[in-house]
Amino acid sequence: MSTDTLSSDKTAATSLPIIGRSATRIDGPLKVSGVARYSSDFHFPGMLYAVPVCARIASGTIQWIDTAAAAAMPGVQKIYTRENIGTFYRVPKSSKAQIDERRPPLEDDEVRYYGQYVAMVVADTFEQATAAADKVVATYAGTKAPDVRMKLSPDEKPETDTERGDPDKAFGKAAVTVDHVYTTPPETHNPIELHASVALWDGERFTLYETSQAIMNHRAVMAKMLGVPQENLRVITEYLGSGFGGKLWPWPHALLAAAAARELHRPIKLVVTRQMMFHNVGHRTNTQQRVRLGAGKDGKLVSLQQDFIQHSSRLDDTKEDCGEATGFLYSTPNLRVTSAFARRDIAPNTSMRGPGAVPGLYAVESAMDELAIALKMDPVELRLINEPEIDESKNIPFSSRHLKECLTTGAETFGWSKRNPAVGSMRDKGVILGWGMAACSWIASRADATASVMINADGSVRVASGTQDIGTGTYTMLAQMVSELIGVDMDKVKVVIGDSSLPAGPFSGGSMATASLIPAVAEASREAIEQLLKSASESDAAFAKIDADELAFTDGRVHRKNESADRGRRFEDVLAAARLGHVEGSGKAKGTMNDKHPKYSSHSYGAHFVEVSWEPAIAQLRVRRVVSVIDAGKIINPMTGRNQIEGAVTMGIGMALFEETSYDARNGMAINSNLADYVMVTHADAPDIDVVFLDYPDTKLNEMGARGIGEIGIAGLAAAVTAAVHHATGIRVRDLPVHVEDLLVSKVA
Amino acid sequence: MEPFTYSRASQTRDAIAAAASASTAQQGAEVRFVAGGTTLIDLMKLNVERPQQVVDINHLPLSEVETLADGRLKIGALVRNSDLAHHPVVQRDYAVLSEALLAGASAQLRNMASTGGNLLQRTRCNYFRDADMPCNKREPGSGCSAIKGANRNLAILGTSDHCIATNPSDMNVALAALEAVIVVQGTQGERQVPIDAFFLLPGTTPQHETVLQPGDLITHVLLPAPVKGARSHYLKLRDRASYEFALASAAVVFATDAGKISHVRIALGGVGTKPWRSSDAEKALQGHSPTPENFAAAAAVALRDAQPQSENAFKVDLAQRCLTQALATVANV
Ligand SMILES: Cc1cc2nc3c(=O)[nH]c(=O)nc-3n(C[C@H](O)[C@H](O)[C@H](O)COP(=O)(O)OP(=O)(O)OC[C@H]3O[C@@H](n4cnc5c(N)ncnc54)[C@H](O)[C@@H]3O)c2cc1C
Ligand code: SF4
Repeated sequence: MSTDTLSSDKTAATSLPIIGRSATRIDGPLKVSGVARYSSDFHFPGMLYAVPVCARIASGTIQWIDTAAAAAMPGVQKIYTRENIGTFYRVPKSSKAQIDERRPPLEDDEVRYYGQYVAMVVADTFEQATAAADKVVATYAGTKAPDVRMKLSPDEKPETDTERGDPDKAFGKAAVTVDHVYTTPPETHNPIELHASVALWDGERFTLYETSQAIMNHRAVMAKMLGVPQENLRVITEYLGSGFGGKLWPWPHALLAAAAARELHRPIKLVVTRQMMFHNVGHRTNTQQRVRLGAGKDGKLVSLQQDFIQHSSRLDDTKEDCGEATGFLYSTPNLRVTSAFARRDIAPNTSMRGPGAVPGLYAVESAMDELAIALKMDPVELRLINEPEIDESKNIPFSSRHLKECLTTGAETFGWSKRNPAVGSMRDKGVILGWGMAACSWIASRADATASVMINADGSVRVASGTQDIGTGTYTMLAQMVSELIGVDMDKVKVVIGDSSLPAGPFSGGSMATASLIPAVAEASREAIEQLLKSASESDAAFAKIDADELAFTDGRVHRKNESADRGRRFEDVLAAARLGHVEGSGKAKGTMNDKHPKYSSHSYGAHFVEVSWEPAIAQLRVRRVVSVIDAGKIINPMTGRNQIEGAVTMGIGMALFEETSYDARNGMAINSNLADYVMVTHADAPDIDVVFLDYPDTKLNEMGARGIGEIGIAGLAAAVTAAVHHATGIRVRDLPVHVEDLLVSKVA
Repeated sequence: MEPFTYSRASQTRDAIAAAASASTAQQGAEVRFVAGGTTLIDLMKLNVERPQQVVDINHLPLSEVETLADGRLKIGALVRNSDLAHHPVVQRDYAVLSEALLAGASAQLRNMASTGGNLLQRTRCNYFRDADMPCNKREPGSGCSAIKGANRNLAILGTSDHCIATNPSDMNVALAALEAVIVVQGTQGERQVPIDAFFLLPGTTPQHETVLQPGDLITHVLLPAPVKGARSHYLKLRDRASYEFALASAAVVFATDAGKISHVRIALGGVGTKPWRSSDAEKALQGHSPTPENFAAAAAVALRDAQPQSENAFKVDLAQRCLTQALATVANV
């Protein structure tokens, strides 16, 4: 199987730097023409289809699984249960390999959540496997009504995540205080592409086509759980129909598919259904957060406390770190963040776009808005006067922080000075307008990355890394990077990613892939160029007797340092002269994400300004306009960058107004487990979105100064929406999403 | 999904003959017609519909929209929702129907969905769609999971202790306000059933939703000739702006004469166990002035008998706002 290879469209020749220039996606034509292959698009001769059987209870013990009727159905090849699936091993917590659901599928008879896999049917066709899976009958003992309550109380004493000063005392003495509880519901990722695994086994090695945001980690996890050396596993994700965090770490279906492939010696395809996506591949947990703010009359924060509880599954403890940004967002001498779990009979939770900070900032930024009202102060002003000089939680300087400029630029772009703060006071053609705003922050960090760059005699350049493009533009961004570093047009760059047999690349999560790849690709490029110069000096008559040190490489040409590039030679001529097919460099950059003692506090920042319209006559609320100003370092590609922010803002509107997974208290099932009943934003709901990038390079993070942009746009957005809703209707919604039920009591007419 | 046989009917009588062998035309029917398939196939995949035989009626000659000599409009059962919505006569004389259709589902679904299929689309009650949970409509006598469960989207009018499911169709609400007549061909020949009599209340038998008997094929829908000087309008309220069933909707047909309301027809959606015609609200308005106060009063009458469930009390208020606004829009006040 060939790995994926792409060349870009022709980009117009221009003297502008390629980094920072809008470029259309090089994979765009392949996607719109259907040429791009997603994992479930792979078909192989002799392939069989696997369909898991899901528990219809959330808590109980399997007594007996009757497979007889199903086994007799047409096309059925095999039915797996705990009895015959074979052994899966666990991933040690001490290893770097990441997984949210640690218990392997079919390991024991305990059902811990609705939808848990209890068996799997393998048949000749998907339809046959589905029909037979329906006929597998599981009998349970000790079935209990599940605990799926959304109201949370800590199971154990809360942990203190960060603390300084004496927040209780300062809160008690503060001139102005707010003290409220905010909740966010469980959310389901719902990328359009269903999770899928196509597994092949050749007697020794696995080839796994997966829907993964982290192919290297996927390989590491699967190797451990299947009990094979890493070298015997190849994981491929050429394209991903988005993941939003749900595809970061492996889920049990991938193991089931691989186990069946190994045992049956046939390629196995397993596509998770939309309904299963609500139970078997993670979700964003619900959170309940008490936020207490104390301020002086001048608006200066004297105390900030955030105590949050989240639900987690019975067996796992994936933390939704709601306090992620709280410690450094504002200046305050007294602060505490505590966290606690409340276990529920719900499947394991996982990261979803902006995990932790997104629900966390909804609460903290909502409280800031409430504080501004209590102080009779403009909410922008309140943020400006609480701007910290340094990261007060770690006592280190910021690498690059421009939140104040986000706030002021946003206010100006939006027209904030025209805002009348009185509730329901602003109108436009019979509808009431609400204006709200919020600040936001997201992680800026790097994961470990390696990459290789080949400068080829045919005039092309190949960049390869075991990373993946989850739909965000990684292919394009890599082509741009190499085009800039080597000085060739983008259409001469071949980007090869999505295959774990390549040099290990970063996962696509935490908005880190771009920032992580930069130093590795830069180093690989430098090394390749060095070799090119050496070869020129050694074997190209044009540079005879000239030391490599005296040569330079500019815009694709080797030349003497003391001469201009146009007097030099194109690299393909140099390689031809040296009879070389290519020169190759490799780059490796250690990540910063696990630094125990970082020198700088690196984060992205932003400010959202939101306009909603409220029509009391029909109780209709719509988001009309959003201005988002983003400080995410150097923007490599403003077009794909803007696309990320627009998408995130749109998703944030869904979080504020629509998204909510509801579990039935009787059987623990997500009752709205389809795309009609799980309400997400449609095109008709998407407002006018104006995205402004400040574009200050954060060179402490990497040489191009780029941070990540995948998640910052959704952080804080829901708080800006609910602030606008309050401004329009007088109703403060502290339990997301905002429902029409909440607003019907509005007195604004 | 259960295995089934598939056949394609080329003549109406073949379709009827095939379906006549079923024991019922209601829930549990062994034979089902398929038109657009957007309800039927969906429910078959969920094991809620388990027909042994599926008869494809898409090749029957029922795709015409025709104005009859007496001014009525005759709509073939296979006319697609998108075609009907964009039909010039419908847009001109029956705006409420065009608006209702376009407020429903998505463009892709409307391109498939047929007039007959839309009439017979099933409830979106989550428990009806989950074959593991008790549901009187799906498994008579098994109980109603919605009364003590998720019922935000369900009905507040026409409910019973046995079922509170909403008829989710937008089109049906417009047809109710237009006083449509359903033309049915059965083993005994043709009959014409006014839409209000076509749908049944759940009572103790929520599995029976319509008067259709085994073999019955809907061939047409008849709309009365447009009322002179009348305007009509459909207003649908929902959480998001598109692609969602109604929380509350209102279809109104309205005319005034000398400053008084001379003709008014009102039907509500999203709140009733069937497309909810409110003759009481009509009576409250007939002959009165078209004022916002009168509209609000009529809306209160329309919701007078509402019986909210644990999660949908808000619909009483929302439906009144919806109707009041729809009337204000047609009356232009
Ligand atoms: C995701 C989604 C969202 C939707 N949103 C909306 C919405 O917002 N508003 C709305 O109103 N609707 C909505 N719908 C429902 C949609 O309008 C219906 O599914 C559609 O109208 C059904 O028409 P069909 O031709 O596809 O019916 P089919 O699925 O073909 O048939 C439905 C039923 O009618 C029977 N039938 C069909 N034709 C005849 C006939 N001529 N005589 C007798 N019996 C017949 C079939 O046997 C079957 O039982 C939505 C559907 C989906 C899947
Ligand atoms: S409301 Fe009707 S359809 Fe829903 S569960 Fe109850 S009986 Fe079934």
